[in-house]
Amino acid sequence: MSNDLFEHPVTASEPGASHFVAPLEETPLVAIDVVNVADKPSNLWIDAWRDARRRPTFWVSGALIILVVVVALFPWLFTSVLPNNDCQLLNSNGGPTAGHPLGFTKQGCDVYSRIINGTSTSLSVGIIVIVLTTVLGLVFGAFAGFYGGVVDAVLSRIGDIFFSIPYILAAVVIMSVLVNYRSVWTISLAIGLFAWPATARVLRAEILRVKNADFVMASEALGVSSLRILLRHVLPNSIAPVIAITTISLAAAIVAEATLSFLGVGLGSSIMSWGNDINQAQRDLRTNPQTLIYPSLALSITVFAFILMGEVIRDALDPKARALR
Amino acid sequence: MKIRRIGVGAVALAAASALVLTGCSSGSSTPASTANTTAIITTNGSEPQNPLIPTNTNETGGGKIVDSIFAGLVYYDATGKPINDMADSITTNDSQTYTIKIKANQTFSDGEAVDAKSFVDAWQYGALTSNAQVNQSFFAPIEGYNDAASSPLTGLTVVDATTFTVKLSAPQSDFPLQLGYTAFDPLPANAFKDMTAFGQNPIGNGPYKLASASAWQHNVQIDLVPNTTYTGGRKPQNGGVTFKFYAQADAAYSDLQANNVDVIDEIPDSAISTFTNDLGSRAINQPSAVFQSFTIGTSAPHFQGAEGLLRRQAISEAIDRPTITKVIFNGTRTPAKDFTSPVLDGYTDSLSNNSVLTYNADDAKKLWAKADAISPWSGTFQLAYNADGPHQAWVDAVANSVKNVLGIDAAGAPTPTFAQFRSLVTDKTKPIETAFRTGWQADYPAVSDFLTPLYATGASSNDGHFSDPAVDALFTKAASETKTDAAIKDYQDAQVILLKDLPAIPLWYSNVTGGYATGVSNVQFGWNSVPLYYAITKG
Amino acid sequence: MAGYILRRLLQAIPVFFGTTFLIYFMVFAMPGDPILALFGDKTPSPALVAQLRAQYHLDQPFIVQYLIYIGGIFQGNFGISYSGQPVGDILLRTFPVTLRLAVIALFFETVFGIVVGLISGLRKGKLFDASSLVVSLILISLPIFVIAFVGQYVFGVQLGWARTTVGTGAPVQDLILPALVLASISFAQIVRLTRSSVIETSGLDFVRTAYSKGLSRNRIVPVHILRNSLIPVVTYLATDFGVLLVGATVTEGIFNVPGVGNTLYQAIIRSEGPTVVSFVTVMVLLYLIVNLIVDLLYGLLDPRIRYVK
Repeated sequence: MSNDLFEHPVTASEPGASHFVAPLEETPLVAIDVVNVADKPSNLWIDAWRDARRRPTFWVSGALIILVVVVALFPWLFTSVLPNNDCQLLNSNGGPTAGHPLGFTKQGCDVYSRIINGTSTSLSVGIIVIVLTTVLGLVFGAFAGFYGGVVDAVLSRIGDIFFSIPYILAAVVIMSVLVNYRSVWTISLAIGLFAWPATARVLRAEILRVKNADFVMASEALGVSSLRILLRHVLPNSIAPVIAITTISLAAAIVAEATLSFLGVGLGSSIMSWGNDINQAQRDLRTNPQTLIYPSLALSITVFAFILMGEVIRDALDPKARALR
Repeated sequence: MKIRRIGVGAVALAAASALVLTGCSSGSSTPASTANTTAIITTNGSEPQNPLIPTNTNETGGGKIVDSIFAGLVYYDATGKPINDMADSITTNDSQTYTIKIKANQTFSDGEAVDAKSFVDAWQYGALTSNAQVNQSFFAPIEGYNDAASSPLTGLTVVDATTFTVKLSAPQSDFPLQLGYTAFDPLPANAFKDMTAFGQNPIGNGPYKLASASAWQHNVQIDLVPNTTYTGGRKPQNGGVTFKFYAQADAAYSDLQANNVDVIDEIPDSAISTFTNDLGSRAINQPSAVFQSFTIGTSAPHFQGAEGLLRRQAISEAIDRPTITKVIFNGTRTPAKDFTSPVLDGYTDSLSNNSVLTYNADDAKKLWAKADAISPWSGTFQLAYNADGPHQAWVDAVANSVKNVLGIDAAGAPTPTFAQFRSLVTDKTKPIETAFRTGWQADYPAVSDFLTPLYATGASSNDGHFSDPAVDALFTKAASETKTDAAIKDYQDAQVILLKDLPAIPLWYSNVTGGYATGVSNVQFGWNSVPLYYAITKG
Repeated sequence: MAGYILRRLLQAIPVFFGTTFLIYFMVFAMPGDPILALFGDKTPSPALVAQLRAQYHLDQPFIVQYLIYIGGIFQGNFGISYSGQPVGDILLRTFPVTLRLAVIALFFETVFGIVVGLISGLRKGKLFDASSLVVSLILISLPIFVIAFVGQYVFGVQLGWARTTVGTGAPVQDLILPALVLASISFAQIVRLTRSSVIETSGLDFVRTAYSKGLSRNRIVPVHILRNSLIPVVTYLATDFGVLLVGATVTEGIFNVPGVGNTLYQAIIRSEGPTVVSFVTVMVLLYLIVNLIVDLLYGLLDPRIRYVK
């Protein structure tokens, strides 16, 4: 972990000692203990990468994520139907026809085209929100858990206040104030700004546990600065539950965007998103469940890819899991 | 108008009328003699938004209960015909001064007599601005009414114990028709001592009374039992009515399917396509006195003068009403042919000029092109609505219809709350520039209620700021006619002008949708979308 | 210990003022005049609007409205809703129901979530693990409306195992179905969290030591692995409890539970400051206590965590 212990050359025992101890150079142990100071220190992230790329799940999830990103960036590669034009009620809830492989929505729009064209909005909102909640959660949770005392009291109580604000109220107020700036960014802000306290609390709990571990004590004893201990030793060992929550939260964020649109403070029904489609389809649950299934499936596949990727990262970051393999 | 509860998510518009009667088709309330008169009927309701005071109840949740525990001068039968309830006679010579005689020996459920003073005091209470009653405006026709200051209704005079006179500030031939509305119910003397306490445990004179002082379990239900002192025509044929409060129509519908509730007057959006199959002959889907439209105000760019007329007509003809009502609403709406409702006297589907309400893509394109010749169109056609009501589906469908026909950008413009929506619509300093949804449910069964408050110059709910002297003149003429037929003719003439100006673009009339459980019979829905609870029998 | 608890309880004071102020301000900042909404599509006269605005202090500047509200609270008066009911009464009526529902839901998600998560973690990559992932994916991709609706239709209408909606007095047996639906939302989170924690703990030295000492699996799993994996799970459950307390609008609506959910939603939509703030304040105070209990629990689960210095 740290090379500090070995940086001073080991000197031979003084002659005349009552017990003879062979000089270390003369024992075979030296071959084991020898440290090449010129070697690059082992790096958590490099190790993790080396580990991850050997796992098939990494490549599967990576391929899925790349596919979703490509769909989001270049929807016209996958469909030539313009989803918002030519929605004819005559096609309402219609089944698949030539050129419309997944049939039509209640408004008579092409389901497949809406899903493809909705990818960009849903994926962006999902990713921005989880980045936002993870960053805020990491900052608040890590400092509160690691430093404790007054820092913990202040940061945790701020989290409690944010946590208490009803989500609908916050969204309506923020989106109404930012009415002229509505975009994927503002909507992600409205969702993420009030979702981070859960992440922060879970991380704080994990840090409380990890900071008493032997290797942290060791680093402290060696005089490593506390911020460095937090960043290099405590945080990487506490990140697993955050990854577990965050990958699932991706789905929640994508659905939350739809709820905001439904409440009239979202991007509007002319902007396509999976959440919007799911929301509109649920009214036809009794008669036309397939309009609900396809966007839900798109959401599931994306979240599945991110959960798998989260698993890989988590395992790769955990040297013990590596050793177990 | 009686407002609807703005519920969570899918709140189907509940509305009703009586052109088509289910169950007992005679329209009378004569019960089957074999009925079990002790069974308690359970039905759906919603927590009243105000204390149970007639002058302060303007939404359906409270209205259903208040109408059951109070009796006004008249009540409406299933077809909307007024029938004397407390009144013995209502007479006038000039449509301006009315003499009202009350039946002898009428009492409230605690034994206090219902007399002229019970009515006059209640009306005076409701009209005073300082009492801040939501139904205040219903007293506007009466002489002395002033909504800017707290002044008494000088037009009300008690003649003797059972007689009083009402002098209106202008002739109004259909005033007696209004008297069946909740706001005109009487109040006992005790009410004025502590109105707050009275509103929690009201003493009324209607067919039902509260089962006990604690019968109103807030947010859960309210239990009503027959009031034995009531002798009018709405005599209960059951052992009581329990209104279970539902936050969502979905819950009420599931309860109906499981036979946990006897009658519901609201079908959730999620079941609108299936309820007629689910319930068979127990499903109710009939026209009612609810009119839906949207309004393009005179402040909207490109909607002024001759250009505006052309564009309004083009948009109206670009909307495929029959397909939308069929696909989006599964036939629970009827495409509009005028500005009123098919359940009212005076309705006709053959007004001249009403072809503007017929889908005609080619003509719409031509009209739009003519308007473009005056001034080219720019921007997006937006239709504002409140997202906390069940509007998104039809707004999207209307926008798509306009977009497909006229080739312009069209989209719905939701606001999160009804409060914000109304604030935008009524803002005088910064008039709304987009189209916005409008709707009207009649409080009393008269075509005038659909027209004068909405399209007369400066009228209270004329949110589009429409003004046409010819229309105003016809409204005034109609109000002072002594013959009903003459008044109807005037209102129809006015509508012919409205169909040219399109101050609001009529969309459709809402049906009342509902259903009842097995074992329940004699279920009839009134003209105002509310079941006639007193006639329902069970077992 | 007592000192720590006292300090934590005192922290409720700034949270109380921070929360009430912030939320009152947000309700105040909501666009639109709530009085206009009381009249439906009808436009009321300006004098009547002014009268009603004065009645609810809406004509006052924000800070005055807030101080009137806070002043009322210290006299035990939580304000009046637009329907004329004391907010205190509404609180007393709805919170116990929602509290009961939240506890039952929490019970289900704890039991099912931890059991499934534990097994998945112990059998990582096996069939059970994969199946639990699929079930989790389905549950998180479907809107709660759909889960509630299907649950109600299958168990309530078709099979008749449960009442379709909650009966008078909201008895526990009627709350089981809605609680299961609510639990399904957080089920996925708890499973993933438990699983990840269990995998991590299983690799730790003391677990390997326990195996090498020859301890039976029946003892190692609950005592060594599970106990040491519970900290993040318990923490998450506490935050979820907070979420359940402000009410599940959709689920409570579908099962007609007379709880906080719909009341609070309506109050927000109608910009009813006193109602919204009172509900959220009660929620926050309960949440603070739950969090304090959870923090004390950490010490039990992992003796190395101590607060008393």
